[in-house]
Amino acid sequence: MNTPHTPAIEPLVMQAKGIVKRYGQVTALDGTDFELRAGEILAVIGDNGAGKSSLIKTLSGASVPDEGEILLDGQAVHFKSPIDARRAGIETVYQDLAVAPAMSIAENLFLGRELCKPGWLAQRLRLLDKKLMLQQAIARMNDLKVGIRSMTQAVETLSGGQRQCVAVARAAAFAQHVVIMDEPTAALGVKEGNMVLELIRRVRDKGLPVILISHNMPHVFEVADRIHIQRLGRRAAVVNPKVISMSDTVAVMTGAKTVDELPAEALA
Amino acid sequence: MNASKRAIPWGALGPWIALAITCLFFTVQTERFLSGTNLSLVLQQVMVVGVLAIGQSLIILTAGIDLSCGMVMALGGVVMTKFAVDLGLNPYLALACGLGVAVAFGLLNGLLVTRMKLPPFIVTLGTLNIAFAITQIYSEAQTITDLPEAMTVLGNTFNLGSTEVSYGTVAMLALYALAWFVLRETAPGRHLYAVGNNPEAARLTGINVDKVLVIVYALAGLFYGIAAMLSVARTGVGDPNAGQTDNLDAITAVVLGGTSLFGGRGIILGSLVGAVIVGVFRNGLTLMGVASVYQTLITGILVILAVAADQMSRKGVR
Amino acid sequence: MKLSTSLILSTLTLAVGGAFAADAPVIGLITKTETNPFFVKMKEGAQQEAKKAGAKLMTATGKKDGDTASQITALENMAAAGAKTILITSTGDAIIPTVKKVQAKGVQVIALDSPFDGADALFATDNYKAGVLIGQYAKAALGAKPAKIAMLDLFPGHPVGAQRHNGFMTGFGLKANGATSNELSSTPETVCAGDTDGNQAKGQTAMENCLQKNPDINVVYTINEPAAAGAYNALKKAGKEKGVIIVSVDGGCQGVKDTAAGKIAATSQQYPLKMASMGVAAGVEYAKTGKKVSGYTDTGVTLIAAKAVAGVDSKDTKVGLDLCWGKK
Repeated sequence: MNTPHTPAIEPLVMQAKGIVKRYGQVTALDGTDFELRAGEILAVIGDNGAGKSSLIKTLSGASVPDEGEILLDGQAVHFKSPIDARRAGIETVYQDLAVAPAMSIAENLFLGRELCKPGWLAQRLRLLDKKLMLQQAIARMNDLKVGIRSMTQAVETLSGGQRQCVAVARAAAFAQHVVIMDEPTAALGVKEGNMVLELIRRVRDKGLPVILISHNMPHVFEVADRIHIQRLGRRAAVVNPKVISMSDTVAVMTGAKTVDELPAEALA
Repeated sequence: MNASKRAIPWGALGPWIALAITCLFFTVQTERFLSGTNLSLVLQQVMVVGVLAIGQSLIILTAGIDLSCGMVMALGGVVMTKFAVDLGLNPYLALACGLGVAVAFGLLNGLLVTRMKLPPFIVTLGTLNIAFAITQIYSEAQTITDLPEAMTVLGNTFNLGSTEVSYGTVAMLALYALAWFVLRETAPGRHLYAVGNNPEAARLTGINVDKVLVIVYALAGLFYGIAAMLSVARTGVGDPNAGQTDNLDAITAVVLGGTSLFGGRGIILGSLVGAVIVGVFRNGLTLMGVASVYQTLITGILVILAVAADQMSRKGVR
Repeated sequence: MKLSTSLILSTLTLAVGGAFAADAPVIGLITKTETNPFFVKMKEGAQQEAKKAGAKLMTATGKKDGDTASQITALENMAAAGAKTILITSTGDAIIPTVKKVQAKGVQVIALDSPFDGADALFATDNYKAGVLIGQYAKAALGAKPAKIAMLDLFPGHPVGAQRHNGFMTGFGLKANGATSNELSSTPETVCAGDTDGNQAKGQTAMENCLQKNPDINVVYTINEPAAAGAYNALKKAGKEKGVIIVSVDGGCQGVKDTAAGKIAATSQQYPLKMASMGVAAGVEYAKTGKKVSGYTDTGVTLIAAKAVAGVDSKDTKVGLDLCWGKK
């Protein structure tokens, strides 16, 4: 395949080759390839049944591929559970956010990874260092310019967009390599959706590449650096949103157009 | 923009306010209420349900419920007394056996809930009957009397100024303080709240939800065993018929104390207040000479008010 | 599961108990629970009488107080197995329709201890009389002192609780409701009342609260002996156990021991064994002559006291221990 001439290509952070995943009789992924470059927002789009969520599941550790390999920073990795992926520095923001509504923002940020007070006894009893967690929560949120006033208010008192920001900020705070976001702007109004997109850009600007799954074309076009189009269990094309039109993208997604029918500059 | 404050004040203070109003009411109605002796008595009368309510609170915080608590307590009490009296075991060893049986039942509940994925209501309904049957059969429905000294120590009192306070009351208060501290200040405590509030979120953030649940149910069993010790110490006998109404009394105390039956919300000290409120009513109404059927009526009304207040205090929150 | 256990139990009892004469009368006994010593004694009495009379005895029980479902099943199974008389301690009025059904098939159904509508006959303690006896004893023991009485009851609305309570007051010489009333009377002398559920811990709580209200209580009526044990505990903790007269009802072995030890002053003893043996005798009679027994038969109540008082007839605790039910 001819690589179009493009400016210097960033190194690959994550790569998947020939991923096959079957669920009983159904082949969800039929030899999918995938590449994520450093410092980019890569959107993954595809129609229902294209294998989009299956692909993301293998990358986030939620499912194990039947064939193929996944490389992180050039090293092969085998995730057996989402916790394995987390340990490798990949954080996922799930569609239902995975926050405890009655608990505060600071508490949710450190859920499952609480900071404990120093000292042998405190460590054994796992005494919470609430002051430190609050400080760090404030610091990280300010860093990402998330405008929520109080870190001690319960998450359930926040608007949908604010909650999304908390979940994104949590992932960004702990991710070392990759942040995966599943439909982050779904169910949000215009203003809140833009707020979240702005936050996603800031995450990328801090040096964390982002994999973004979304159905929302305008949002995808607004924020993505490249778009991975998934179709029928394989990667159909990777396109440049600054060049290709939205209708062409949708056409490739639905099969109305093939990648060969696209001009070279549209590819990325 | 909804900059609403966290609606804590009423949820947490509600039970205390209710208790204060109740005490005020009885103080006005009868001069015998507000004396050190009387109040110390009330605490002794509620200490068994109070300790049961600690275990029950932990379970309700995880959005579960334990219908077997009173029966497990009765079984623990029968085991510890029979082992000491009939088998001649060293009293401390016998106490340990009673605690062990209670913990074993708690563990059984926890395993059935997590491994078999059965709802806690159903599981504990089953273990309630099993514990009751074993207790009745093993004790032959007879109370066990003539207990060794060591078993009734917690019922003894010491003087605090001019008032007699029982060691059992002190034990109950200490256990509440311990539970409160662990829930508020340690990571496992926070994980417990998370499991009750959103178990899926807890799982996705790496918390071992099954492990937390099994530990909570087993720990609750330990508290039921301690309640058995207090019950034995107070009455001086091992009674197979003890605890039959304590099941619901413990749950009432937890609900009155502001803990949500849906899990994830609540302060454990509230359960202590809930238990004390019920005891205060029983004591106050007897002092006033009011028929005790009204006490049952009032307790029922209080429970509904408590749940309604909890719902309303969260209405401003989405 | 418990169903088949009682069925197996019944079949085994059929095989073991009674003579094997072809026309031996078949009698069924259904009690409330398996383990309560009151009912254990009842079963004993039934088995003895059945053996003596050459009758076959079938037994079954409910799982616990209020388990009418098991009793209903037992009624049907026993009638089908050929029982001509069934003795039952009713655990709830839900059994009444089934009782009518088996009666229509010619089975005689006799109530033991707990009355219900539609039974052919009732063999039970006269609970009112039980109360009267202990009331008389308490009055005589108190003498000329002004009475300050604590009433430790069962719970509101229970006929047995009301009969014992009102009987006690009548025996004591106070104005109270008659034997048919379900309401608890009170007079100025009954300075305090509390509910105990017949339970020791609650008896203790009720007594403690009553003592707070009236520190100079000198007589305590209790619904049964566990409640009395709780009351004694409370009095002892307050240092008042010597000067207070506690009376009770039941005559279980533990209670008689408490009477001998001076914790309870007097208790009215009732006779589950007699209820059962009289019931079996009635069953044998019906099988032989076709004559049904009817009406209420008092199975007797005896006042047991460690110390006799003038003017009141009582038996001492040795007699009480001989006749008591439960573990001796």
